[in-house]
Amino acid sequence: MTAGLTPSQTVGPFLAIALPWPDGPFVVPEGTPGAIEITGRLLDGAGEPVPDGMIETWQADPDGRFAHPDDPRGAAEPAEAAFRGFGRCTTGPDGGYHIVTLRPGPLPSPDGGTEAPHLDVSVFARGMLDRVVTRIYFPDEQEANAADPVLAAIADPDRRATLVATVEPGGPPGEFRFDIRLQGARETVFFDV
Amino acid sequence: MTTQTPPVQGFTLPSYERPRGLHPPLDFPGYRATALRAPSRPLVPLPHRLTEVTGPLLGAERVTAADADLTTQHAGEPLGERIIVTGRLLDSGGRPVPGTLIEIWQANASGRYAHGVDNHPAPLDPNFSGAGRCMTDSEGTYRFVTIKPGAYPWRNHLNAWRPAHIHFSMLGRAFTQRLVTQMYFPGDPLFSQDPIFNSIPDPKARERLIARFDIGLTQPDWALGFEWDIVLRGPAATAIQLAEDHR
Repeated sequence: MTAGLTPSQTVGPFLAIALPWPDGPFVVPEGTPGAIEITGRLLDGAGEPVPDGMIETWQADPDGRFAHPDDPRGAAEPAEAAFRGFGRCTTGPDGGYHIVTLRPGPLPSPDGGTEAPHLDVSVFARGMLDRVVTRIYFPDEQEANAADPVLAAIADPDRRATLVATVEPGGPPGEFRFDIRLQGARETVFFDV
Repeated sequence: MTTQTPPVQGFTLPSYERPRGLHPPLDFPGYRATALRAPSRPLVPLPHRLTEVTGPLLGAERVTAADADLTTQHAGEPLGERIIVTGRLLDSGGRPVPGTLIEIWQANASGRYAHGVDNHPAPLDPNFSGAGRCMTDSEGTYRFVTIKPGAYPWRNHLNAWRPAHIHFSMLGRAFTQRLVTQMYFPGDPLFSQDPIFNSIPDPKARERLIARFDIGLTQPDWALGFEWDIVLRGPAATAIQLAEDHR
């Protein structure tokens, strides 16, 4: 263990006092051309909704760049000026959340491969002493997903599938669904980050 | 004849340390609500790549100086002991973490949150909402003025009481640094029976969540001063090669 680091504690049941932002779910403003919406539910080990949780997302812009000095290609000026990269949504009584964003681009991986387009996700809730981290991938990126080093490291295809958003057959374009199951038979893959 | 291989451009990505045994386990039977909310499968190791070593550098546009004073958000002053809570946000290398958003929330002096789900029969304070935020400055320093929160009962076990605490949320400067925790007050008699505080495996790490009373920070005839530093995981620069086709 590293000396001096501050340990995590739960967000508890009252995070809604401080953490919701009115524009939190909008990584880009509603109506931005090319915007997609990811909706889903946060569910516990009994399949019940978690109504007092919070989802946060962090992702590259559509060109696969980050507005951050540690992006070795240089901090990007996003093509879409209002693109924030970061989304935050508290869960509703049905455990539901939604994020409105742009599709991220693929990313160069330090080992020379390519990471498929994805969002990193943090999940916080009462009853969780630390955040858990997962990723959202896209169902129409089969080729890129097949070559993604993170997905490739998960041997079980059923487990891998928990990281890929779904679309309703015949549903409107740009609408994706991603449920997060904290525990149980269809438990989402969570990462040690 | 040799084939000219295209030059490979190296670049550096910070690599963040992975603290072992620091954070509480997700499954902690003493805190009952973990039972159905802790993943049952082992976490999958995620190497730190671009998405993990970057993060949202924002917040300044949504914070005003007044947001750091929880005692002046209403027409009147809240009841309770007025306190100053200040300290530095650092990484484990001792470097300041500047320009990052800190958000806090807490119960009022009676131990009641201004939240519809809190039904503890203690009075609400019309002059206290219990939420604040600020940006760390170039030295990583933050400072809040608030009132000391009260202890309150909860239903985890018979006669369970939470020690007085303030919730702290730090965005950090990378996805790996994101942290939500709680700050406690020195000498609280409720530590020994609190499963949330005691879920931290190392007693020394628990103590790092306890602020230090500081007479030097205390303002005469005005407010008690507490100091609390927060230490996030730090980066260690490592040379990593970026393949030619991604330049």
